[in-house]
Amino acid sequence: MLVLFTNAGGQLQNDNTKFMSEKKYFDPEDLKKFGNITEFQEEMGKKFFDWYGEVFKEGALTKREKALIALAVAHTVQCPYCIDAYSTECLKTGSDEEQMMEAVHVAAAIRSGASLVFGVQMMNHVKKISM
Amino acid sequence: MGVKQNTKSLSVRGGQMADTFYQLKVLTGREMAEAKVTPFAEKLVQQNEFPLKPHSLEVFQLNIGKLCNQTCLHCHVDAGPDKKRENMSRADLETCLRIIKEVPDIKMVDITGGAPEMHPDFRWFVQECRKLGKEVLNRCNLTIIMANEKYRDLPEFFRDNQVHLVSSLPFYSKKRTDKQRGDGVFDDSIAALKLLNEVGYGQEGSGLVLDLVYNPVGAFLPAGQEVLEPQFKSQLKRKYDIVFNNLFAITNLPINRFLEYLIESDNYKDYMETLLEAYNPSTVTGIMCRSMISVSWDGYMYDCDFNQMLELKIDSPGCTHINDFDVDKLLSREIIVNQHCYGCTAGAGSSCGGEVV
Repeated sequence: MLVLFTNAGGQLQNDNTKFMSEKKYFDPEDLKKFGNITEFQEEMGKKFFDWYGEVFKEGALTKREKALIALAVAHTVQCPYCIDAYSTECLKTGSDEEQMMEAVHVAAAIRSGASLVFGVQMMNHVKKISM
Repeated sequence: MGVKQNTKSLSVRGGQMADTFYQLKVLTGREMAEAKVTPFAEKLVQQNEFPLKPHSLEVFQLNIGKLCNQTCLHCHVDAGPDKKRENMSRADLETCLRIIKEVPDIKMVDITGGAPEMHPDFRWFVQECRKLGKEVLNRCNLTIIMANEKYRDLPEFFRDNQVHLVSSLPFYSKKRTDKQRGDGVFDDSIAALKLLNEVGYGQEGSGLVLDLVYNPVGAFLPAGQEVLEPQFKSQLKRKYDIVFNNLFAITNLPINRFLEYLIESDNYKDYMETLLEAYNPSTVTGIMCRSMISVSWDGYMYDCDFNQMLELKIDSPGCTHINDFDVDKLLSREIIVNQHCYGCTAGAGSSCGGEVV
């Protein structure tokens, strides 16, 4: 049977064929190739990276604060590349484990809250159609 | 109070990592081919800086012994309480004093270890250097001040001799500091910093300089000093009412116990690639080996402390030991480089005095 999903570490769940053991959707090595996206669309890619670099410069927010925000967002969008990159960046810029986990909790709280707040819509509808 | 050791020195534990020849095999890719990176010398060739030459001799650095009250996991010196044999002799210290006196270009005497304060001649040597009018920089691990009653007056001794202190504090929280340096290190470091502040160190207008060293607790590079210093200053002031002058962000070099950690944690390849990617050509001008000599406990000379720990003796025929010191020969030498040098050229560069650009 062909298995088309990966486990949390990005490895295929089932590696009973050579083909499948070599195939993975998230390869940490791919992060190093991010810059290569300009190969297919140079102008837009270049603009993106210039802008990206500008965004993460020290500004009204510190580099450390921006890295923590990026870490939280990375968890929300569930991007394994971003999680690796911004876990390192948070440590580099002076955050510790506790602060980083609190940032992830903030992301999780907003994400779960965004679901729960629709409970009001559900309640409104239930009340509307119920006796 | 007191420090609990996380490990023992490599040399006491034995094994291949205790052998610097093996470490060089790893660094040059002969041991781990998949982790081979571009030879550092090639980078210098590309920017017409090979062979690397010194431009002055301003810093005379001495590693007076490997004895230490801590056994930090990242220690490139492989120092510890079990390193009792490696202590510089009085005769060699006197030879160093003669050199320091006779070479007017030497502006600073940089004393390191181990915990240099544990050397029996430490205080005498500092006083003699000061009599010569040289700036004395001492690399103090802080906890030595609290380790024993006989060291408790070190803050007054440092103050009386106007010693410039550079002290390691890898983070402003207990958890990360103790993980790298041993349980109890953070609390003792804070207690020692308070004593140093009390005698004037780090206080504005005192002239007593207390710099702290940040080095990453793990396999990543430090952010810029301009990013980290404000955090350290505000956190230490707010939580402990501690002040200091500058924060030096120093990159961990893949030598001895840090190299062991990188390999055992499967981070070696990524770390070397990170160093390579962060190579900054503009750091080469100010790299510390171009203006210093590093002397080992047994009197041999090296281009820097890192070459010393890899036993890469200075390439200066007839002038490799302090007994044969010849400043002209030293200034015409070629500096020995290897893959660990990427650690000093990454990002804003790294040296015993922090960033170099």
